Amino acid sequence: MEDLSYRHIARQRAGGTRKIAVIGVVASGNLEVLAERNLPDAECLVEIKTAAEGFGEVWNAVIADFVERHSPGGVRFSINDGGARPDTVSLRLAQAARLMQEDDQ
Amino acid sequence: MQTAIAGAATSTRTSWRQGRDARDARLAAAVSLAKGKIVAASDATGLLEAVIRPGDRVCLEGDNQKQADLLSSALLAVDLAKVSGLHMVQSGVVLPEHLDLFERGVAKRLDYAYSGPQSARIATMLFGGKIELGAVHTYLELFARYFIDLTPNVALIAAVSADREGNLYTGPNTEDTPTVVEATAFKDGIVIAQVNEIIDRVPRVDIPGDRVHFVVQADKPFFVEPLFTRDPAAITESQILTAMLAIKGIYAPYGVKRLNHGIGFNTAAIELLLPTYGEKLGLKGKVASHFALNPHPALIPAIESGWVEQIHSFGSEVGMDEYIRARPDVYFTGPDGSLRSNRAFSQVAGLYACDMFIGSTLQIDLQGNSSTVTTSRIAGFGGAPNMGSDARGRRHPSEPWLQAGKEADPDGLAPLRRGRKLVVQIGETFGDKNAPLFVEQLDALALAEKLKLELAPVMIYGDDVTHIVTEEGIANLLLCRDASEREQAIRGVAGYTAVGRARDAAMVGRLRERGVIRRPEDLGIDPFDADRSMLAARSIKDLVHWSGGLYAPPSKFRNW
Repeated sequence: MEDLSYRHIARQRAGGTRKIAVIGVVASGNLEVLAERNLPDAECLVEIKTAAEGFGEVWNAVIADFVERHSPGGVRFSINDGGARPDTVSLRLAQAARLMQEDDQ
Repeated sequence: MQTAIAGAATSTRTSWRQGRDARDARLAAAVSLAKGKIVAASDATGLLEAVIRPGDRVCLEGDNQKQADLLSSALLAVDLAKVSGLHMVQSGVVLPEHLDLFERGVAKRLDYAYSGPQSARIATMLFGGKIELGAVHTYLELFARYFIDLTPNVALIAAVSADREGNLYTGPNTEDTPTVVEATAFKDGIVIAQVNEIIDRVPRVDIPGDRVHFVVQADKPFFVEPLFTRDPAAITESQILTAMLAIKGIYAPYGVKRLNHGIGFNTAAIELLLPTYGEKLGLKGKVASHFALNPHPALIPAIESGWVEQIHSFGSEVGMDEYIRARPDVYFTGPDGSLRSNRAFSQVAGLYACDMFIGSTLQIDLQGNSSTVTTSRIAGFGGAPNMGSDARGRRHPSEPWLQAGKEADPDGLAPLRRGRKLVVQIGETFGDKNAPLFVEQLDALALAEKLKLELAPVMIYGDDVTHIVTEEGIANLLLCRDASEREQAIRGVAGYTAVGRARDAAMVGRLRERGVIRRPEDLGIDPFDADRSMLAARSIKDLVHWSGGLYAPPSKFRNW
């Protein structure tokens, strides 16, 4: 296992009011993303527990692009990764960001 | 001073019928083995020894799907003192026996098109010098050469049934047979057919009997490979996302009605999204109505939902026969009710009458050249380079073709501007075993060097490719104005592969502003729609239900 953490400044606060969301599954080649709205509006934190070691550089690029494209300010993402490919990680993160944009039920 | 005599040199030729005389001599040598045209399976090797001469060009019908397997075993067993050093000219190198012929020395030289199941072994044998390679062709190209400089002396073909006059019924998998027979029979060659049964009257005449010299009844039906069945259960969310991008970002804006799909999972996902996502976008009747396509089971839901007007097929697909029989409005069928396929005609249809080819590949380089060759495998080309190329002889206009031509050359004079076929490569940035789809240099180049080939085996040349679709978005290469834009457009959809991470972020940003690169969010694609629940069928069993029980999947696809 490897623990990684990336902190970014987001352009703007994530839309919507949802406080918490979970998407995905912990399985081989897949991942689970927990999103919580508990940071200052300009901040974004992504913490990763991954089964595949030595991919820090790729994670760094994936997370930086995600923050740039979706601007999820104020949200902390916790990822439990089962060795997913970058395309799957990007998709799950986009889905988590999209869930947070919903209004809280 | 001129001393030449008018009237030129007289030919030293003694006869203008040498080919016919040679054929008649071969037929006479086999006469004792045949009863009329019928030869017993146990005499098949003897028949081949009688009619084939050393060094002959032989077409051993190995198609994309059906295989003349009895005749290939019979040929493998010949006495090398009688038959050796053959030049095989066949579209498919599919059975182990096809390569055993070279191991044993029965055959020496090979011209072919496709070697999917034998891709690893054929590479080894080429490296080892066991095979003298002519060239790897596309189907249409090899068929063309049958009529010019690779005409077979002997064709060994497969059919479902024959009558005693040699009339053949090829059934749904007609495939290459009419082309092979045409070239052989009308140029003094000999045609030998293996059939599953000999009957009094064939259900329909696919090959007239006067083109067939011998018929051998096989003890079991010829082998057919189910090549075009993709299990919806194996389709991933990334593949669904690429399919949504293609539908919304290419099918819709160009209005692509006439097209061909490759055999990968991305295009299977497109087929399964037409009745769901396509319906939601209001595209029914506006896109994907006319196909040059094998009978893909994954297209059943779209057919049943009224999307598809008609389909012409290269070959058939195992398990689809009864479904096809029940849908003659959609498929080409004979008076007997079953599918009539024809690889040569369908390839021509794909080349000249389709506005788009969309398919997967294994490697794409920075110019957009793509290849399915890796250093240890040579799968050949089949039909993709022909489907996936701009037909320079095309003259009829259509909206997608004109629109693509306009994007490539916005300043050209419209009535003099060529249109362009849409040639789309689709895939995830990382493929099987995390192999990157994008590479700085194709493995095909290393292979060409190793084998001393004059041409690297490139599946689709970059200048024919118009769009590349990955889960990262669509790169429209028609809108690129120079090589560096093209390179950055490709890097821009290459995701987190080494090629993608080496992108020039500022230039990619500008290309995105110009719509050269379009991300899922640029197209308003909701990442939540990239879900398996969006597939019209999520399993083979769902496809059976959609077909009303008419689709009978082969056992390897059944898990119930």
